[in-house]
Amino acid sequence: MLVSIYRYNPEVDDAPYMQDYQIELPEGKDLMVLDVLNLLKAQDPTISYRRSCREGVCGSDGMNMSGKNGLACITPVSEAAKKGKLVLRPLPGLPVVRDLVVDMGQFYKQYEKIRPFLINDEPAPAIERLQSPEEREKLDGLYECILCACCSTACPSFWWNPDKFVGPSGLLQAYRFLADSRDTATQERLSDLDDPFSVFRCHGIMNCVNVCPKGLNPTKAIGNIRSMLLQRAT
Amino acid sequence: MVTQITSFGRSGLYDWMMQRVSAVVLSLYTVFIIGYLLLNPDLTYDQWSALFEATWMRIFSLMVLLSIGMHSWIGLWSVSTDYIKATGARFFFQSLCGFVMFVYIVWGVQVLWGL
Repeated sequence: MLVSIYRYNPEVDDAPYMQDYQIELPEGKDLMVLDVLNLLKAQDPTISYRRSCREGVCGSDGMNMSGKNGLACITPVSEAAKKGKLVLRPLPGLPVVRDLVVDMGQFYKQYEKIRPFLINDEPAPAIERLQSPEEREKLDGLYECILCACCSTACPSFWWNPDKFVGPSGLLQAYRFLADSRDTATQERLSDLDDPFSVFRCHGIMNCVNVCPKGLNPTKAIGNIRSMLLQRAT
Repeated sequence: MVTQITSFGRSGLYDWMMQRVSAVVLSLYTVFIIGYLLLNPDLTYDQWSALFEATWMRIFSLMVLLSIGMHSWIGLWSVSTDYIKATGARFFFQSLCGFVMFVYIVWGVQVLWGL
């Protein structure tokens, strides 16, 4: 099988280029893209990429596989390869550190901006802050985000304004805390988001939903934030 | 919070809502005009001119004119902040849009109200 990989080492290369590799895949077995990368790494140890848990939990190996963002460790080659060719590129829109490794700084900055922690100014109870099963249910589909950045780097609004638009991942997390019955900073959180960029740069094209490896729906969460802002202001 | 002074209402929510409200007005007007033209295949100048002389039609049309202004300002402002990264060029483009919008509104009022 032909594998084409984006190569760039800023210390040596003037410009990025695509390098083709020919690889024999074992018969009767559908490998994951990460397995293919590991085989290639044995062939050419200079190929760089991030990986850790290799089972879709850590979110390290987010990359663009034949045009679609996803986690290399849980994407089968049969799904990612088009016409017998697998094209691997780094996540779009973020600065490339080397080969498939990107600088996630801008992405984390947006995550930090939404204050991804519980804020509660009431005195702490003796044991724990209780939630009813219904209140807890509201966090389903929100808390599972692993911050792999597949969604935000598939979003044109994030590509053009990564410093101002929070991005689908950050906004999913923002709603996770807005929806949490134990959080008391709802009003401040909403005020922080009511500008023309942070939330409203989302035009609802749903690229984020299309690529999320965990099957989450940031567009729906963004819609819920809008409704909360609207309810508060009308 | 991102501070913006060139957006329409300076609040993301306000711009978003105005974009949708103006879109509804524009679609109602489009449906009305298309419907009117379809229902009056032998339209004469007098009939057309009488329609635009009616006060309700003038109000409706003025509302549409203002909606076009708002809608296009919010949309083009969005486009300019996405694609024009040089501040000077962006400000020039936004000023140009603002000027053209203003001219269209004044001119439109003149035409519609026969001033």
